[in-house]
Amino acid sequence: MINLEIPKKFKPLASQANQVASEVFRPISRKYDEAEHSYPKELDMLASLIDGMNEGSDIGGAGAAGVRRSSNDDGDESNRNGSNLSTVLGIIELCWGDVGLLLSMPRQGLGNSAIASVASEEQLERYGGKWAAMAITEPEAGSDSASIRTTAELDGDEYVLNGEKIFVTSGDRAELIVVWATLDRSKGRAAIKSFIVERDNPGLKLDRLEHKLGIRASDTANFTLQDCRVPKEALLGSPEIDVKQGFGGAMQTFDNTRPLVAAMAVGVARASLERARELLAEAGVEIDYTAPALSQPAAVARFLEMEADYEAARLLTLHAAWMADNSKPNSLQASMAKAKAGRTCVDVALGCVELCGAAGYGEDELLEKWARDAKILDIFEGTQQIQLLIVARQLLGKSSTELR
Amino acid sequence: MNGNDKGVAERSMGLGLRALNWLAGKDLLDRIRARKQVERALFRTTKNGFRTATAAGRTFKAAQKLTRPARQPAGKPRALFDLTPDDEQQMFQEAVRDFAKAKVRPAAQQADEERATPAELLAQVDELGVNTLGVPEELGGVMHEQAATTSVLVAEALAHGDMGLAYAALAPGAVATAIGHWGSAEQEAAYLPAFSGEDVPAAALALLEPRPLFDPLKLETKARRDGEDWVLDGAKSLVARAKDCELFVVAAEVEDRGPALFVIESGADGLEVEPEPAMGLRPAATGRLLLESVRLPAGALLGDGEREAYVECVQGARIAWSALAVGTSQAVLDYVIPYVNERTAFGEPVSNRQAVAFGVADIGIETDGMRLATYRAASRADQGQEFGREAALARRLCAAKGMKIGSEGVQLLGGHGFVKEHPVERWYRDLRAAGVMEGALLV
Repeated sequence: MINLEIPKKFKPLASQANQVASEVFRPISRKYDEAEHSYPKELDMLASLIDGMNEGSDIGGAGAAGVRRSSNDDGDESNRNGSNLSTVLGIIELCWGDVGLLLSMPRQGLGNSAIASVASEEQLERYGGKWAAMAITEPEAGSDSASIRTTAELDGDEYVLNGEKIFVTSGDRAELIVVWATLDRSKGRAAIKSFIVERDNPGLKLDRLEHKLGIRASDTANFTLQDCRVPKEALLGSPEIDVKQGFGGAMQTFDNTRPLVAAMAVGVARASLERARELLAEAGVEIDYTAPALSQPAAVARFLEMEADYEAARLLTLHAAWMADNSKPNSLQASMAKAKAGRTCVDVALGCVELCGAAGYGEDELLEKWARDAKILDIFEGTQQIQLLIVARQLLGKSSTELR
Repeated sequence: MNGNDKGVAERSMGLGLRALNWLAGKDLLDRIRARKQVERALFRTTKNGFRTATAAGRTFKAAQKLTRPARQPAGKPRALFDLTPDDEQQMFQEAVRDFAKAKVRPAAQQADEERATPAELLAQVDELGVNTLGVPEELGGVMHEQAATTSVLVAEALAHGDMGLAYAALAPGAVATAIGHWGSAEQEAAYLPAFSGEDVPAAALALLEPRPLFDPLKLETKARRDGEDWVLDGAKSLVARAKDCELFVVAAEVEDRGPALFVIESGADGLEVEPEPAMGLRPAATGRLLLESVRLPAGALLGDGEREAYVECVQGARIAWSALAVGTSQAVLDYVIPYVNERTAFGEPVSNRQAVAFGVADIGIETDGMRLATYRAASRADQGQEFGREAALARRLCAAKGMKIGSEGVQLLGGHGFVKEHPVERWYRDLRAAGVMEGALLV
């Protein structure tokens, strides 16, 4: 039975997340945007609270750690609303508050999603409950993650990691870093595996923290791995180099995490639209949904255009999460959601600044901050262009060698 | 198509335009400040020649007496997010998809050229029962609850075959749904049985008026009281199969009260139609409905003429046009994929190029977004929730992205997309309608 409303059972969670966003995130939003690299200690208590929420609920959490297939769901056989959907809803609310702060939330990193997605039960036991960041990008390998140069060599019971990693979100603050490295550079994608590295591993050296356009509350770290030794059991997934499975193993994480980043974009877009609507109303411009867009003021027409894109982005995101909950292959929908939400978020946030003029551009309002934060959401976890490549390959039935 | 094959209406338009162009170049007209009037006069003379009275319709008579109007109730609020159609919806969807593939698409090009929908095709659509989705069960309908979502699935599937044919075929259903939702007991008893019978009347829900920035809440068609009667004056645009219609539901501004709907049977004095051919939707043989002091009995006002009913009608129509845009956009996607995979340039399929492949990806992404927004609006309507905002957003999306998809469809085929050998040029013309039409269809 077709229904695209938020399920009733997730409304308490969404409303809790919204309270956190407005009571905890918003009041310190500007503070940590200005105080880049200082740790938002207000989040520690909140993180414990969210851990509690996750413990006490069977519907997944409000953070990134919630995504894992075959989780506790209910609903009949043919339709499940589970942790993927609830997580997406929670993230939308929290990022309506502040996306930089969400990314700084202890134990809610994308590394946690990777662990939740592919870890064995033993690994879950060993690493569960810790804050995990994700290290994929290298100075010479961004979108082309198959060409990473960080190596992992088996030496007795340990892997030895060597290489350089950049753009590691929360890399300094996290307790674990999930590092992508190749077991054999000559074997291409299939040899790329992810390894869990403890942050205090002596072979892991922090080079610097980046100064950024947005999400300044969130630290972005660069590391060098020098003879960094990790136990054999730190490898996530299968140690076999399965050429047939290729990149699939490592990339599988993305099908779960892309809807989450799409959700972040949806949250930021909604924050911008809501504030712009208020400011426009103060200026005497109200949005009328019954009159045709083009017979209303230009500001209204522009607003409606942006809100329509927002609606599409939001529903595509819920769709991708719903498919994951129902164990349907969703890599097409995940990339569609990420592509649409990423570009919509940037367009909407910038559009709202423009509509609100100096009020939108100035630092008295958060609109300009959201417009700076927005841009990363169309870049990390796969750029717009990478998402379009994935969508196009799937629609056209093409391999990555045919459509490069 | 050469000049001799052109229909009378088309030639007349051509003549009018040539004359206009010639006159428009004369500074003299502006100096004597007569440009507007001359233009208007020309417009009318070229058109008046082809005005006809509306079709001689059947007599609509109440077969049964209801004590109160029958209504489809709203469905229960649904507990879970879900994108799987229920069994009944799947049945309709599959039947109409098959039909669209087997009968609609193959008939589309000729219908576009001839600006007419084959009677056989219309009869087959009626057999599918899709025009009674909004008719209460007591009056021969098949759905026991509101069926906006089902109507959306049907419209989408039919428009995947062809938007113009879908418009022609579903237009009577809009009238049935309007009467089923808002009609009085007398109106329901008089008109609805005909829509579930064998010979479904051509009928049209006419809101749109011929002017820029048309706003369905600010109508220039006026209804005034004269004793017990209503007297209507005005014009309605792009009415499907206007010439054949036996029944109209027409929107008019009631003095001191606001917009409302009126039921008008064809053959009423002062009611005339003239051809109004357009860029697309040609199989629907669009026409303009002219009302000149059309006198109607008091009972012609649909329901109580409540404003909420009218606003709901406007919003429901927007969902329907969005659904058509979704179907046609999907048709574009399904058509361009094999084309760009097979077409080679510079030694490889053009789809190996990102510039082409990304165009296809965007069509896919936006079509899915349009679909979800449209489904959401319809599903809210079915659950008895407010859906004006959702309908407006679906419409914005479908107007803008649908048109972009139509344009990209032609672009991806290059010069081949511009010629009638391929359907993409027709879809380009049709998709513009989703941003222009108001009323006419209803979910």
